[in-house]
Amino acid sequence: MSFISYLINGISLGSVYAIIALGYTMVYGIAKMLNFAHGDVIMVGGFAVFFAVSMQGLPTIVGILLAVILCTLLGITIEYIAYRPLRQAASSLAVLITAIGVSYFLQNVALIIFGANTKAFTSVVTIPALKLADGQIIISGETIVTIISCIIIMTGLSLFINKTKAGQAMLAVSEDKGAAQLMGINVNRTISLTFAIGSALAAIAGMLLCSAYPSLTPYTGSMPGIKAFVAAVFGGIGSIPGALLGGIVLGVIEILGKAYISSQMADAIVFMVLIVVLLVKPTGILGKKIQEKV
Amino acid sequence: MKKLKLGKYAKDNIITYGMIILVYIVMQILIGTGNISSLMQGLLVPLCVYVILAVSLNLTVGILGELSLGHAGFMCVGAFVGAFFSKCTQDVITADLPRFILAILLGALSAGVVGFLIGMPILRLRGDYLAIVTLAFGEIIKNIINVLYIGKDSRGLHFSLKDSLSLGLEEDGMVIINGAQGITGTPKNATFTIGIVLIVITLIIVLNLIRSRDGRAIMSIRDNLIAAESIGINITKYKLMAFSVSAALAGIAGVLYSHNLNSLMATPKNFGYNMSIMILVFVVLGGIGNIRGSMIAAVVLTLLPELLRGLSDYRMLIYSVILIVMMLFNWSPRLIYLREKYSPKRLFKKTREVR
Repeated sequence: MSFISYLINGISLGSVYAIIALGYTMVYGIAKMLNFAHGDVIMVGGFAVFFAVSMQGLPTIVGILLAVILCTLLGITIEYIAYRPLRQAASSLAVLITAIGVSYFLQNVALIIFGANTKAFTSVVTIPALKLADGQIIISGETIVTIISCIIIMTGLSLFINKTKAGQAMLAVSEDKGAAQLMGINVNRTISLTFAIGSALAAIAGMLLCSAYPSLTPYTGSMPGIKAFVAAVFGGIGSIPGALLGGIVLGVIEILGKAYISSQMADAIVFMVLIVVLLVKPTGILGKKIQEKV
Repeated sequence: MKKLKLGKYAKDNIITYGMIILVYIVMQILIGTGNISSLMQGLLVPLCVYVILAVSLNLTVGILGELSLGHAGFMCVGAFVGAFFSKCTQDVITADLPRFILAILLGALSAGVVGFLIGMPILRLRGDYLAIVTLAFGEIIKNIINVLYIGKDSRGLHFSLKDSLSLGLEEDGMVIINGAQGITGTPKNATFTIGIVLIVITLIIVLNLIRSRDGRAIMSIRDNLIAAESIGINITKYKLMAFSVSAALAGIAGVLYSHNLNSLMATPKNFGYNMSIMILVFVVLGGIGNIRGSMIAAVVLTLLPELLRGLSDYRMLIYSVILIVMMLFNWSPRLIYLREKYSPKRLFKKTREVR
């Protein structure tokens, strides 16, 4: 029975990873860059909800909206200030190092504003826990909300990309920026939109993550961020179903590893997965193969 | 009249090595006359550690052109192997200096071997993927050391991954590496003089590597991988060479670091991802690929927050802003254009042409 509870916990954690991984995968697919600061946008989202709900006493829904709006604006601003000037840069290292800088910047601003102490995050979920099999398996309200929101986000995003004009523009930009521009697509605006969607998702992920693991520090986002990137690579970067699959598999691996192998080594196990995937199938489970041209 | 003929890089070398010797002499005079605060004196060895780390990371980032975010992991390997060796042989080799030299060699060797083993599979990857995998390896190394227990008694060495009790030591045995508590009681052998000597050795290795045929091959891989491959350069060999030399040098820095502390623990603060980023900041500020620059940056960025105590809360914030601004300033195509348009050199040249 405990195996099933671990599995459910793993799927719940994996759903959060999947939502974060979506942000990575979209940005990587379109801007061809690893947005290192994505994990810290999650943390900003968590702090925004904490500030609004726990410190100011606003209703939960207002807090969530506030966090989503703040993170969306933050994502667009980061892209505009830090990444856009380097899009044509000769070295691909440049934008990666800048992204690391942005990540550090966000962490330290949060550190100065809120301090290094761990904040107790009150869960925003009010749904009661579900008891199955005579109370042997307990599915918490957070788990239910997380899994449902993950499904809603995945379907919504797939519909958005496949059915709307803006979504098609995103696909076109990810295939070929120059050709997309010739077809009359505003590349800059499309990339901004991608960052906006990714960051809004990060805000939701931050809220869900902090509800499930109710401790909030300026460094809350960085580890889940890196693990979600592992998930995105695992599922095949640039692929939305891949992010879902990779996220859930990784979440399950992490929880089972923690339960059955060693709790201290859980992070190491997750990273081992990344290394094995990159060595065996660098394009991930659902990724496309890209040939490098001379 | 025959001019004294200097080598191609003689001037460069004189400036680089001269700078270090000058700093050393000035520091020795200050220490000798007692004109230096104890705070500064305590900073001297860490400064040497950071300079070696910055130079060695610059070999990977600047010369090989690949971003490594696991540099602190190699330093961690060197630090633990060195400290372990020193503590084990404390009774056997009583002279401090030979034991420390052996520890340094062993630390460098083990970090180099780890770098080689890790580099072999992962150097096939490029750019973002390589960065994230090196980060992963750095974290894995730290994680493993945190669950590693090694003890010594009359029957030899005992290993465990669980706890110190399961080592099964005899009464007279002692625990050397105690999991998350690390190693305590490492002999404090690191001195400023040894640090400076190690910096000079590091520089000799790195500068000679860069300027050799092998170094040019490494740089050609950085500039264009496919072109380098097409003229018959063995990509894997040269990538591995740069990567493992860089790791070995980080190992040296680690040994120096561990012999300056009483208790050595693998915490996220000293061997985690943060440390790797801090070294990267030194490299970026000093100029990617510019060895002398990264040395100066390491010294300045370590000293500034210590001297301006009020700024210490903002230290990491300032580092992050430096990273972003430096990258934008150096690499943004628009800023490069503006810089060239308004550079003093060019403006000066123009006025001369008019005359």
